[in-house]
Amino acid sequence: MLAKRIIPCLDVHAGRVTRGKKFGKAELGQLSDVGDPSLLALRYNEEGADELVFYDITASVEGRGALLGILRSVARSCFIPLTAGGGIKTVEEIREVLRAGADKVSLNTAALANPLLIKEGAQKFGSQCIVLSIDAQRVGENSWRVYSHGGRKETPWEVREWAMKGVELGAGEIVINSIDADGTKEGYDLKLIRVLADCLPVPVVASGGAGKMEDFALALEYAHADAVLAAGVFHRAEIHIGALKAYLKERGLPIRT
Amino acid sequence: MQNLNADPIQADLPVGLIDYGMGNLQSVENALTALRYRVERVVFAPSHMDFLALVLPGVGAFGDCMKSLQDKGFLPFLKQWILTDMPFLGICLGYQILFEESSESDGYEGLGIFKGKVLRFPGGKEKVPHMGWNSVQIAKSSPYLEGISSGDYFYFVHSYYPDVLQKEIILLQTDYGGVSFSSAISRGNLLATQFHPEKSHKKGIQLLTNFLYRAKMARCSEKKAK
Repeated sequence: MLAKRIIPCLDVHAGRVTRGKKFGKAELGQLSDVGDPSLLALRYNEEGADELVFYDITASVEGRGALLGILRSVARSCFIPLTAGGGIKTVEEIREVLRAGADKVSLNTAALANPLLIKEGAQKFGSQCIVLSIDAQRVGENSWRVYSHGGRKETPWEVREWAMKGVELGAGEIVINSIDADGTKEGYDLKLIRVLADCLPVPVVASGGAGKMEDFALALEYAHADAVLAAGVFHRAEIHIGALKAYLKERGLPIRT
Repeated sequence: MQNLNADPIQADLPVGLIDYGMGNLQSVENALTALRYRVERVVFAPSHMDFLALVLPGVGAFGDCMKSLQDKGFLPFLKQWILTDMPFLGICLGYQILFEESSESDGYEGLGIFKGKVLRFPGGKEKVPHMGWNSVQIAKSSPYLEGISSGDYFYFVHSYYPDVLQKEIILLQTDYGGVSFSSAISRGNLLATQFHPEKSHKKGIQLLTNFLYRAKMARCSEKKAK
């Protein structure tokens, strides 16, 4: 049986790992500095993370240069799967990120602007390395709207429709980020995760809102996520990945320890 | 962990990493480098055998891989290397092409070192590709498995698996989607894995360490015999 994955996410801005709340904006000074990406990656690797995700949250050309440097350095010492994203717009940029050491590439805004990027990427490098990351905000009891540009811009897409479209085009995994829950530490948006996990034929990664160990367990048990992603609680060392994995294993979940 | 520098005589021989133009070899190279081995990328069939071991990683399709190995003149060299029991590590597709054929690419012959065909997961209840951390069960004891136990997790990304007919070569077994398949095999100085040891954290690095240690021992005793 496949293990449920625990994934720390490192939001990188100007070569540092940062953390905001409800998609805080770098340009408004809403992010706080939490550390050096390579050192944090090493720590999570030691603690037993199953995968690491790096997002260049400023998504600029300079930002991607820094991201590639971080990937090259992390790939030399962390022997687990690495995912990178943020501002990737072309197949050539996907290739660059994979060359630098990423195993998977996460697409978001560029895929909304040009859905064929998913298809081209999947054809060229395989679905297993194309991750579609979706930022969604709740607009009703059972409906969520997709946002682009790091939560700045509303799109016409309903979350289920966009996720299915992405899988159809070749995305091999979906990361679902709740804009409402992001950074609140009040738990994942379980309903949002569950509607996707139950209808998609690819793994679904829960993201946004984790505050305590039980939140992770609920995303896996109740919402049927294949993996759980978090940032702040790991960066601030409020939850140790080793302890979290022991807790989840104790609850009967398949966990690599 | 075993002492990596047990034999200074062999310290200068590089590990040959076969680069047949498909996929990303960087992560394998990174892992070998971290273990303090010198890595030499081998782009065409070499005219000498001065390698501590050969590593054949692989991403992509069975047929493309065989065609590419053929075009670059690797086939006779690889067969000779393996059949004379020189240290060899096959990873993922580099494991699958050791068999006779694959349902992924009809009409293409594999290296045929071992009997059997490479099959696709049936799909249905479980997702294909089989991607993520899955556990292994030890099928036979082996020096390759020092520090590795049944229940340990390794990282997989694949849609096909070899149906191994020679039961004596099966090293590790894994269950996925109602199929129990051989996730690693070994015979003499050959080790081949369906999972990616270079992405499997400490257990993967342990397996690579064990393989290279044994490769050193093999090349060393060979030198003494001369």
